[in-house]
Amino acid sequence: MNRRTSFAGTLLAAALLAAGCTGSGGASKGADAKAPDDPAKVSGTIKVLTQRTDLVQDGTMKKYAAEFNKTYPKVEVEFEAVTDYEGEVKIRMNTENYGDVLMIPAVIKKGDYPKFFASLGTSAERSRKYRFTDFTTVGGKVYGQSPIGVTPGFVYNKRVWKDAGITDWPTTPDAFIDDLRAIKARTKAVPYYTNFKDKWPLTSWTSANGSASCDTGATTALADGDPWAEGADLRVADTLLYDVVHDGLAEKDPTTTNWEGSKPRLAKGDIATMWLGSWAITQFRAAAEQAGTDPDDIGFMPFPVQVGGRFCAVVAPDYNQAVNVHSAHKEAARAWIDWFTDRSGYADDNLTLSPVKGAPLPDVLKPYQDAGVKFIELDDTDGATVKAIDNQSEVGIYAPDYRQNLVDLARGARKGSLDDFFADLGKRWTEAARTVGSGS
Amino acid sequence: MNGDDTGTVMTDALGTAARPATAPPPAARGRAPRGVRLWRGLTPWLFLAAPLALLITFTYAPVANMIAYSFTDWDGVSPDLHYTGAENYVELFTRPELFQVFFVSGYYLAASVVQIAVALYFATILSFDVRFRNFFKGVLFFPYLVNGVAIGFVFLYFFQDGGTLDSVLGLFGHHSDRAWLGTSVSANTSLAGVSVWRYTGLNFVLFLGAIQSIPGELYEASELDGAHRWHQFRYIVLPGIKPVLSLSVILSVSGSLSAFDVPFIMTGGATGTETFVIQTVKLAFQFNKTGLASAAAVVLLLIILAVTWVQRRLVPDDKVDLV
Repeated sequence: MNRRTSFAGTLLAAALLAAGCTGSGGASKGADAKAPDDPAKVSGTIKVLTQRTDLVQDGTMKKYAAEFNKTYPKVEVEFEAVTDYEGEVKIRMNTENYGDVLMIPAVIKKGDYPKFFASLGTSAERSRKYRFTDFTTVGGKVYGQSPIGVTPGFVYNKRVWKDAGITDWPTTPDAFIDDLRAIKARTKAVPYYTNFKDKWPLTSWTSANGSASCDTGATTALADGDPWAEGADLRVADTLLYDVVHDGLAEKDPTTTNWEGSKPRLAKGDIATMWLGSWAITQFRAAAEQAGTDPDDIGFMPFPVQVGGRFCAVVAPDYNQAVNVHSAHKEAARAWIDWFTDRSGYADDNLTLSPVKGAPLPDVLKPYQDAGVKFIELDDTDGATVKAIDNQSEVGIYAPDYRQNLVDLARGARKGSLDDFFADLGKRWTEAARTVGSGS
Repeated sequence: MNGDDTGTVMTDALGTAARPATAPPPAARGRAPRGVRLWRGLTPWLFLAAPLALLITFTYAPVANMIAYSFTDWDGVSPDLHYTGAENYVELFTRPELFQVFFVSGYYLAASVVQIAVALYFATILSFDVRFRNFFKGVLFFPYLVNGVAIGFVFLYFFQDGGTLDSVLGLFGHHSDRAWLGTSVSANTSLAGVSVWRYTGLNFVLFLGAIQSIPGELYEASELDGAHRWHQFRYIVLPGIKPVLSLSVILSVSGSLSAFDVPFIMTGGATGTETFVIQTVKLAFQFNKTGLASAAAVVLLLIILAVTWVQRRLVPDDKVDLV
């Protein structure tokens, strides 16, 4: 008996001991990753974490590394492709071992950047050359740089839209709905595909924020007010999505959609439209080539709202690359980020916008130039607050849940009215905004 | 009895007296040297070391960690976390909507009744002499061997618009144009159906093992007494497998409360299929409230322990005595 209790005690003690070992490690704070002066002298092996499993598998990343070695011969670059990037890297960031160069996971709070990443320079100095610097600026220092800029919009099949007799981009949400109706009536295509099952395509509707109002302060507006108030950007976007589904213009069974399968279907003209981003165009062109249809059928159009007679397209960063603050080869890591951003041609290869200021638009966005679409960049000063409100309220504008509920509501699988739905979201959001405002 | 005892003692005494002691005295044999005694005491622990180390590292330490996190506001990644006392538990119990998801467990609970009935039926039938017995055993047990994630993907295609289920129904001339995962009721029923398909095999094997451990003479004896198959089931099989039956019920209840992998893969909790565990995972990994999610996990653990305790009180685990 005695022996048993003492044994249980040992077990418990061991468990507590093991528990004590994990958890918060000491963080070295405020290191800099300086750009090397002489490319020939930088040396070391750096590991780059990336979410682009496809590019690592087909050897494209190796080609970039070989090109990089022409300038920096002594640096060896290794890649580690992570499929569930957000989930895995988040857990690894509890240790010091999360590569030398990595994409900043969305979960990391902006205020914690100095604890995890080495600074790339002051914002005053970097913002002269690069876009998106304020997305990673903490205390005047910049901690990351996105190698590409993307703009949200509808990927559509030009042939299908033309067959339905539509020649111009719709300029209002109502016109957009009318066009989808025409597609439904005159062609065999599914007018709109939600990708409900794969979730993140629904999440990406949040990126319409700023497009509807053409306001560079749209993120600040989210932090300050009710995003679902009458006329607010998210309400306009969500109403459009609701109407599309409610009017039967989306796929028949959203619960079993398939993203990989949807690409060739759009290329072949079985699907007419999807809300995604400019990054997706290259994937749909590839799908078109594979399916044996014309890649030029893949079109891209802005959100159907015009302000002052012009469409508006928000240019936003993708994942920002950063240097691990614990890296032993910070100069080499910095060299990679600079080279990858400025000289790799990665942005061009992916038909996206370059993060370097003054760089020309990619060819796929030529129609945007012809139509006089205005490109804007949102002010991200309140980005961290918006994220905090989002988590606190559990609304999840960066998560798929509430839009899945919206789609369920629209197709009648959930009871209630749209106004009540928006009112509830707005109430939870503004309540959380009050506590976050006073809390931190 | 007494007389016999004295008799043996007497013969023993005589025997010892007749033969001179060849074995060493028992006292000297029992006391081995110190080192040997230490080894002897240590040996079972050495055998236990590996499993215990694994158990502590992968079960008790994480659980201790989780309980510790449930008293903090940790977001799952930030280097600093603050002790917040019982705040997470207070928040949990002042938000009734967090417990509404247990209604979804009702579907799984109802399904597990069906599952146990089906498993019991097949176990009874296959315990008698049936043709292709082993083949049917294999067929019934097979689904349990398949990984939960794989099952999720398989059934996603099964329930798809124009998928396996629709094609099979089409063969029988029934062309339903129904989205199986489309509404809350239909989706939950479909998911619970998958759970029946998956776990019937496990219950079946447990029942079959218990039924086969019932001695065969009992059936023969009962047949002589003119018992029917139903009587055999009611008065021999059922009492014989009672402990296993009650184990199955406990497993089903705790399984229904913590259903996770199949609904998470198939719907991700959309369309009213969110279970308590899916909700907890979302709190932890989507909204970065690791502290609150840990508290929710602790509460789920306590609920399951409580349900098990109540169930054991209602149906005590008596020793089975068929004879």
